[in-house]
Amino acid sequence: MMALRSVVYGFGGVVAVLLALAAVNPGFRTGLFDLRAAALLAVWGGAWALNAGLATLPRNRLTQGAVALIFGATLLILWEMVVRFYAVSPVILPAPSAVARAFVGSTAMLWADFVQTILKGALSGYVIGCSAALITAILIDRSPFLQRGLLPVGNFVAALPIVGIAPILVMWFGFDWQSKAAVVVVMVFFPMLVNCVAGLQATDPMQRDLMQTWSATWAQSLLRLRLPAAMPFIFNGLKIASTLALIGAIVAEFFGSPVVGMGFRISTEVGKLRLDMVWAEITVAALAGSAFYGLVALIEKRVTFWHPSQRGRS
Amino acid sequence: MRGLAAVLTVIVAILAIWYLAAVGLNQQWTRDQAARAGTNPGWSEVLRDTMMQERPKLPAPHQVAAEFWKLTYVEEVEGRRGLLNSGSLSNRGLAAHALATFGATMLGFAFGAGFGMLLAVGIVYNRAMDMSVMPWAIASQTIPIVAIAPMIIVVLNSVGISGLIPKAIIAAYLSFFPVAVGMVKGLRSPEAMQLDQLHTWNASGAQAFFKLRLPASMPYLFASLKVGIAASLVGTIVAELPLGGAGLGTRLLAGSYYGQTIQIWATLIAAALLASAMVGAVGLVQRITLKRMGLAR
Repeated sequence: MMALRSVVYGFGGVVAVLLALAAVNPGFRTGLFDLRAAALLAVWGGAWALNAGLATLPRNRLTQGAVALIFGATLLILWEMVVRFYAVSPVILPAPSAVARAFVGSTAMLWADFVQTILKGALSGYVIGCSAALITAILIDRSPFLQRGLLPVGNFVAALPIVGIAPILVMWFGFDWQSKAAVVVVMVFFPMLVNCVAGLQATDPMQRDLMQTWSATWAQSLLRLRLPAAMPFIFNGLKIASTLALIGAIVAEFFGSPVVGMGFRISTEVGKLRLDMVWAEITVAALAGSAFYGLVALIEKRVTFWHPSQRGRS
Repeated sequence: MRGLAAVLTVIVAILAIWYLAAVGLNQQWTRDQAARAGTNPGWSEVLRDTMMQERPKLPAPHQVAAEFWKLTYVEEVEGRRGLLNSGSLSNRGLAAHALATFGATMLGFAFGAGFGMLLAVGIVYNRAMDMSVMPWAIASQTIPIVAIAPMIIVVLNSVGISGLIPKAIIAAYLSFFPVAVGMVKGLRSPEAMQLDQLHTWNASGAQAFFKLRLPASMPYLFASLKVGIAASLVGTIVAELPLGGAGLGTRLLAGSYYGQTIQIWATLIAAALLASAMVGAVGLVQRITLKRMGLAR
C-alpha cells in the first residue's frame, strides 16, 4: 500500500510537471505525446516502482545501496535516451556513453591533469592551510580576548567569496601549482580555524577542573582532553575544506596555468567545443572530490568512534 | 562591549600585517626603478613609494579604500556616465556590476531555496525518495561544482540562453542542496514523543506538518539559508568569469588581465560587502521570525 502511494507520487509528480510545461509551452506539447516520451516515462515509472518496492523492505545497507544505485543508474539511462532520441547535439550535451569513451580514451592526459591539480595544487594547499589553522587555533586558545575577536572575523571571512582572490595569488606566485596551493590555503584557513576554535572550547568546565585536580600541565590537558574532544569539530572543518580545496585549485587555473591541469583542460576543451572531454574531466573532479571526502570521513570514523553521531553504524 | 574591543584589535592587527606585507612585497619594484634611474633611495623614500605605486603587487589598504570610493561615490556623483549626470549607473563604477551580480544571485537563490525546501518535504514524507535522492544530494556536496560553472555558462550561451538566466542557474544549483539537506534535518528534528503527542490529539498529517515540523525546522532552515546565499554569490561570481558585460566576476577577470591590482582589490571589497549584506539580511529575517515564533535565544 505504501509502495503504491509512493509510485503514484513519484510518477504522477513527473507527469504533472510535464503536463504543466506542455500547457505553458506549445512546442513542448507536440513532443510529449509520442513514443519517445512514452519510452522515457516508462523507464522512469519502472525504476521508480522498483525503488518504491525496495523501500518498503527493512532498511539495511543492501537495500539502501541498491535504491541509491538504481536511482543514479536511471538518471544516466534517461540522459542517454534523451540524447539519442532527440538527437541532441554533442556540443550541447554529450551522451554518457560518449563521455565514458572520452574518459577511457585519454586516461593518460586525465591522470596528468589530476596529478597537477589535485595532488600538487589542492592537496599541498589543503595540508598547509588546515595545519596552519589548527596551529593558530591552539595558539589563540590561551587568550580568550583574541578568541572573542577572531571568531566573528573568521565567521565573516568564511562567508566571503574568497575565490575572488585567485587572480591576485596567480599574479604573485606564477602560473604553476604553487599559486593554486596558495589559493587553497587562503580558502580553507578560515572555515577550518572557526571549527578548530569551536572544538577546543567543546569541553565542560567539569572536565577541565578534573584535569586540574590531577595537576595536569597545559600541554597534557591539551593532548589528553581538549584535542580529542575537539576532533568532531576538526573533522567537520576538514570535510568542508576538502570540497573547498578542489574548487580553489580548479578555479585558480582559469586565471592562468601551465598547459596541464583540470581547470586549464576544462576551459580549453570548452573553447574547442569538445564537451565529452569536459564531462570526462568533471567526472574526474567528482570522483576525486568524493574519494577525498570519503577518506576524511573514514579517518573521522576511526578517530571519533566515541562520538554519538558515529555510534550504531558499525 | 569587550567583544567589540577584541574584534577591533584583531582588525587593527590584520591592517598592520597588511601594511607590512605591502612594504615587503612592493619594495623590490621601487628598488628596481631606482637602480634603473641610477639613484639610491633611503628607507624613508622606499617606504613612501611602496604606499603609492600605480600597480603594486599588494596595494596598501588606503589605496584600496580610495579606489573603492572613486569607483562608487565619485564615479556616480561626478563622472560623466554616473548616476547624477546620465541618470543611470555608470558601467565603469562598481555599483552597476554589484547590482548585476546581486540580481542573478537573488533570482537563483530564490529558485534554489524554493526547490530545496520542496525536495526536503518530499524526502521527509516519501521513503523511496529519501533512499534514492538523499545519498546523491549528500554526494553532490563533495563535487566541486563551482569549478565547472564557467563551462555551463559557455554551453548555455551557445544554445542561446544568455543574460541573467545562466548565472542564476548556477546560483540556484549551489543553494539547492545546502537548503535541502538543512531542511530535511530540521523537519526531522521533532522528537518521537512530540509526534506521538500530535497523534493522541488526532492531528491530521497537514496539521502535524504546519504546527510541529515546519516551525521546528526554522532554525535549521535559516542556518542553511545563510550557507546557501553565500554559496550562491560565489557561484554567480565564478559564473561571470567567462562572460563579458556586467558583473563583479567580469571585473575581476578584466582587472587580472590588465594587471590593475588596486581595481581587483576594490572589486573584492565590493564582493565582500555584498556577501555580508546578503548574509546579514538573512540573519535579520531569521531574528525577526524566530522572535515572533518565540524561539529566539
